[in-house]
Amino acid sequence: MSVKEAELHLGEARHEVPHLGEQYETIEQQNDAYTIGMWAFIVQEVLFFGGLFASYAIYRFKYLYEFVAAHHTLSVPFGTLNTFVLLVSSYTMARAVRAAMQQKHHKQLKYLLWTIFFASIFMVNKYFEYSSKYHHNLIPNQSYSAEEVIHHNHLKVENGMVDLGARKVPLEEFEGRTKLFFSFYFIMTGLHGLHVLVGIIILAILAVRAGMDWKRKVPHADYMPVEMTGLYWHFVDIVWIFLFPLLYLMGGQ
Amino acid sequence: MAQHHHEEHTHAQPISFYAKTLWVLMALLVVTVWAGFQKMPDWLGIAVALTIAVSKATIVILNFMHVKFSSKLAWLFAGAGFFWLLIMFAFAFADYASRHWEPETGW
Repeated sequence: MSVKEAELHLGEARHEVPHLGEQYETIEQQNDAYTIGMWAFIVQEVLFFGGLFASYAIYRFKYLYEFVAAHHTLSVPFGTLNTFVLLVSSYTMARAVRAAMQQKHHKQLKYLLWTIFFASIFMVNKYFEYSSKYHHNLIPNQSYSAEEVIHHNHLKVENGMVDLGARKVPLEEFEGRTKLFFSFYFIMTGLHGLHVLVGIIILAILAVRAGMDWKRKVPHADYMPVEMTGLYWHFVDIVWIFLFPLLYLMGGQ
Repeated sequence: MAQHHHEEHTHAQPISFYAKTLWVLMALLVVTVWAGFQKMPDWLGIAVALTIAVSKATIVILNFMHVKFSSKLAWLFAGAGFFWLLIMFAFAFADYASRHWEPETGW
């Protein structure tokens, strides 16, 4: 192919796919670049949350009995419901991406709105969970008190020592160690919640765009923003897939 | 002008593919909650919970995130992320696990 022919060929491709960037030869190449870039971002997010998971694991190992007692104050039904809601939202997100790929803007809009709906349910549940922790003085600040943890686990306190069955711990240390658990709980679920919130905002922008594409009957809209948001959304789901058993379930019975 | 319609190559799968993925994830959720209520040693509980979580994450990555259908370079990027995560875990845990092996005096 001569240079002139190649240019003609490219010009034709650009005519058919108006959103093809001039630095790319084909739309497949452009889409691949999008995907790789997004994965590079997700990889650093994995390491970001990974650091928190690693330090949580180390302290849970170190203060096992105190952490297990604190585990029990978290609500498994709420955690399960939120996992359910996020998994369904991942499904609706995948359907939105599928609709975007097929240029079915109306369907795309519908599934984006469903995803926002489930994400909002997640946030509302989180609000109820956080406020219950607040009422029980389990927010790790100056007014933190391990009373609820002691009460919930029917632990005995004698002479300033908390009886954990396997060993006795001074009340002050017990307070500090359970407070550490709640610091992990709030930082990890808080950062995750922040990601959900950012996701909702991006999904809302995509929904508006899908609505405009639908109204204008755009034949070849760029579906990659939806697919990349999908990658982000599924990643947020994956973080919760690990947070749920590690924080809510691993208390043992 | 040649009127060959340019069809973009996409990773769109049949609806049943996404539905089945969701059902498997739901089943694993039920299993992990059920396992959480069983009496077992702490290490076994962790092993079971983490095995199920890793399975769920792998299913999401392959099916929902379309890595199954992506380029080799995307595989490499996704794989590298989790490989680096393993390195971070291994080194951090090895550090904490071996700290008390050192003589305390003079530190």
